[in-house]
Amino acid sequence: MAHPLLSFAMRRGGSGLVSLLLVSLLVFVGTALLPGDAAQSILGQNATPETLAALRQQLGLNEPLPVRYWNWLVGLAQGDMGTSFSSGRAVADLLWPRLRASMTLALAAAVIALPLAISLGILSALKRDSFLDRAISFLSMWLVSIPAFLTGYILINIFAIRLGWFPSLSISHGSASFMDWINALVLPVTTLVFVTIAHTMRLTRTAVLSVMASDYILMAEIKGLSPRRVTLTHALPNALSPILSISMLTVAYLMVGVVVIETVFNYAGLGKLMVDAVSYRDLPLVQGCAVVFSLVFVSLNFAADFLSVLVNPRLREPKE
Amino acid sequence: MSFLDIQGLSLKAGATEILRDVSLQLERGQVLGLIGESGAGKSTLALAAIGFLKPGLTIAGGKVSLDGIDLVAASPDELSKLRQSKVAYVAQSAAAAFNPFYRLGHQVTELRALRDGIGGSERRQLAAELFARLQLPEPDRFGLKYPHQVSGGQLQRAMIAMALLNNPELIVFDEPTTALDVTTQVEVLKVIRQVIAAEGCSAIYVSHDIAVVSQVCDRIVVVRNGVMVEANETRRIIDSPQTDYARALVASRSTSDFNRETSDTQILIEGRGLDLGYGSVRIVENVDITVGRSEIVALVGESGSGKTTVARAIAGLLVPRRGSVTLSGIRLAASVDDRNDDQRRRIQFIHQLPDVALNPRQTVRAVLARPLVKFMGLSGADLEERLRGLMAEVELPAALLDRYPGALSGGQKQRVYIARCLAAEPDILICDEVTSALDPLVEESILSLLWHLNQDKGLGMLFITHNLGVTRRFTDRVVIMERGRIVESGTTKAIFAAPGEEYTKRLMLAEPSTRAGWLDERIASGD
Repeated sequence: MAHPLLSFAMRRGGSGLVSLLLVSLLVFVGTALLPGDAAQSILGQNATPETLAALRQQLGLNEPLPVRYWNWLVGLAQGDMGTSFSSGRAVADLLWPRLRASMTLALAAAVIALPLAISLGILSALKRDSFLDRAISFLSMWLVSIPAFLTGYILINIFAIRLGWFPSLSISHGSASFMDWINALVLPVTTLVFVTIAHTMRLTRTAVLSVMASDYILMAEIKGLSPRRVTLTHALPNALSPILSISMLTVAYLMVGVVVIETVFNYAGLGKLMVDAVSYRDLPLVQGCAVVFSLVFVSLNFAADFLSVLVNPRLREPKE
Repeated sequence: MSFLDIQGLSLKAGATEILRDVSLQLERGQVLGLIGESGAGKSTLALAAIGFLKPGLTIAGGKVSLDGIDLVAASPDELSKLRQSKVAYVAQSAAAAFNPFYRLGHQVTELRALRDGIGGSERRQLAAELFARLQLPEPDRFGLKYPHQVSGGQLQRAMIAMALLNNPELIVFDEPTTALDVTTQVEVLKVIRQVIAAEGCSAIYVSHDIAVVSQVCDRIVVVRNGVMVEANETRRIIDSPQTDYARALVASRSTSDFNRETSDTQILIEGRGLDLGYGSVRIVENVDITVGRSEIVALVGESGSGKTTVARAIAGLLVPRRGSVTLSGIRLAASVDDRNDDQRRRIQFIHQLPDVALNPRQTVRAVLARPLVKFMGLSGADLEERLRGLMAEVELPAALLDRYPGALSGGQKQRVYIARCLAAEPDILICDEVTSALDPLVEESILSLLWHLNQDKGLGMLFITHNLGVTRRFTDRVVIMERGRIVESGTTKAIFAAPGEEYTKRLMLAEPSTRAGWLDERIASGD
């Protein structure tokens, strides 16, 4: 029999692929159902029956839906996502720089937010019901309750307009230096940290506290271990699964769910690209964005599940 | 002054008194038994003796001194140091008390690594020595295993190994064998006895099983509702208990209250050639079992032997791979989903844990009304009358009808569940370890209730248990299972008079007794 980790990875990976396939079907059928077809949206006012028919023929729109889906899927598998209507460039070429930009923003925010939130969560659990615990809870809830765009504008108002420390816009020019680039990231990243820290913090606190109620924690206390050691070496490792899950979900959210922040800071990320594509009725681009979004979600979920198994000996080590 | 000296100790959880004015002494090398119902405060008292209070508890008065150290006045740091070196604790469920994240060797040697800063190879060696002392298999490799990779009995021994790490002067054993099968229990008891003798340390042994306590302890303290009821030398408590409560505890083991007449054996339910399993795992092989009208049949075996699996197949909760179930000669559908209402009504199933079986969001009334409405079609005044009748049958006040299960005691919950089964007016009750989660006195009252039902209504019962004492007193016929097969069956009288199989004999010998010298005989016989 294969190692449990391997067989888990295969099973989970397989189901991930199936969900990707389902999403692609949903995306394709969904966009195909929109009124009017691609040829019409491209030609707009200039459409005559003859040009329409010619373009339909050229785009392969006369083929039946399943055939078009199959062709699209085969293209996808080869990295060909079609051609953008609005710009005439390959969708993949438009997507990749945006994906890189989104990943930069997400990772920068995650690198700051996750360790901070997890440490605060552990600290809260360790000092349960103390003034510190309440202060941390209150502050993080307060931060998450303010809508993200408002946080963004407040930060812009203070640090960009009044103090002039950081730029308010994040449009990156080819010529921008590394420091400029870092400067441009400060405000959006700070906003994202504020928005995401509360969930991760509170979930970490809850996860650690629920483990703290276990018999083996009581045993560790009876053995005379210090509260610090009990929390960090006996409780925390057993609370890793939920913490990893929320961390991965946070990263996923940071990558694809931050349209509002990208708009506020005019940041050229994936979310903004998709919103723009929708408003131009650029269907291949919309489809491409949706597929990349789901790919990001499915991979991060897979990572979360796999890591959860990796840190749990009961799932990782065969019972023999 | 005694090694351990507790004077007038009172403990509170908020405003509730958990222990009241308890005084006891323990000399070096002595073993003290703490006995009483669960929730009586035994564990709390034993932990207080080693300077530990569960979160939320406060000392309301009294003194605890251990080897001259005043534990009440000691700072948390001093108490931690004391627990790291001088005393040790063996928890009830080793499966829950070992951290699932770490290998056993790591956990067992953790304290020494912290204190002396010893590293990998020394720790492995230390762990191997401890495991060898407790006769664990492959002591060199045992420490590499995770808790979920070893059996319950081995885990319990590993926990004793952890307790021995720093050569403690006092060990608290908190129900160390309650979660184990009788045969495993004997092995662990032997180890405990030998360890205490070899170390020359003192011990406090907490249990609700007076037979076990009587075998390991020099003195016994009986605790009830946080108060010390009686304290004396072991033999005095066993032979001449002074209080009613202690008398009841001792008596519940030896008397025969259930006078069983051999009843007519018209077969009510029959399982034939049952092959059972889950997924690719085969649990039960070719099992035949019958229960007659007003007959009580015991299905006995250790955990994992397949007893409950057989019961589930008869109830239609598990579809057999092979074999059939018939009720009064009529073959039943394999799955309960395909049986008709009347067939379902006639077979009722009582679970081991009423806590789990009762919906916490339903009042007792709702629980009992469901079968009355479904099977009997009752409503209005008839329903109300029958509800009250049922409560009376299981000897509960009708006032409890509007309570939620959370507001009932363990024994009351089991009675409610029995009433729920009776509401269907069944012909056969399947009782799955119905008393094993209960304290001895409550167990006795539930048995007596079931016995009356059997006598008055002619109910047949399939009584699943691992308790041979109960089997001997309570049942007509015994079926003994080992690893999914029936090894022996016959009338209870005949089997107990002359067990035919080795396995049956082993089970019987393993059943703890209050008789002086029982454990010594087990150690001497070496089986």
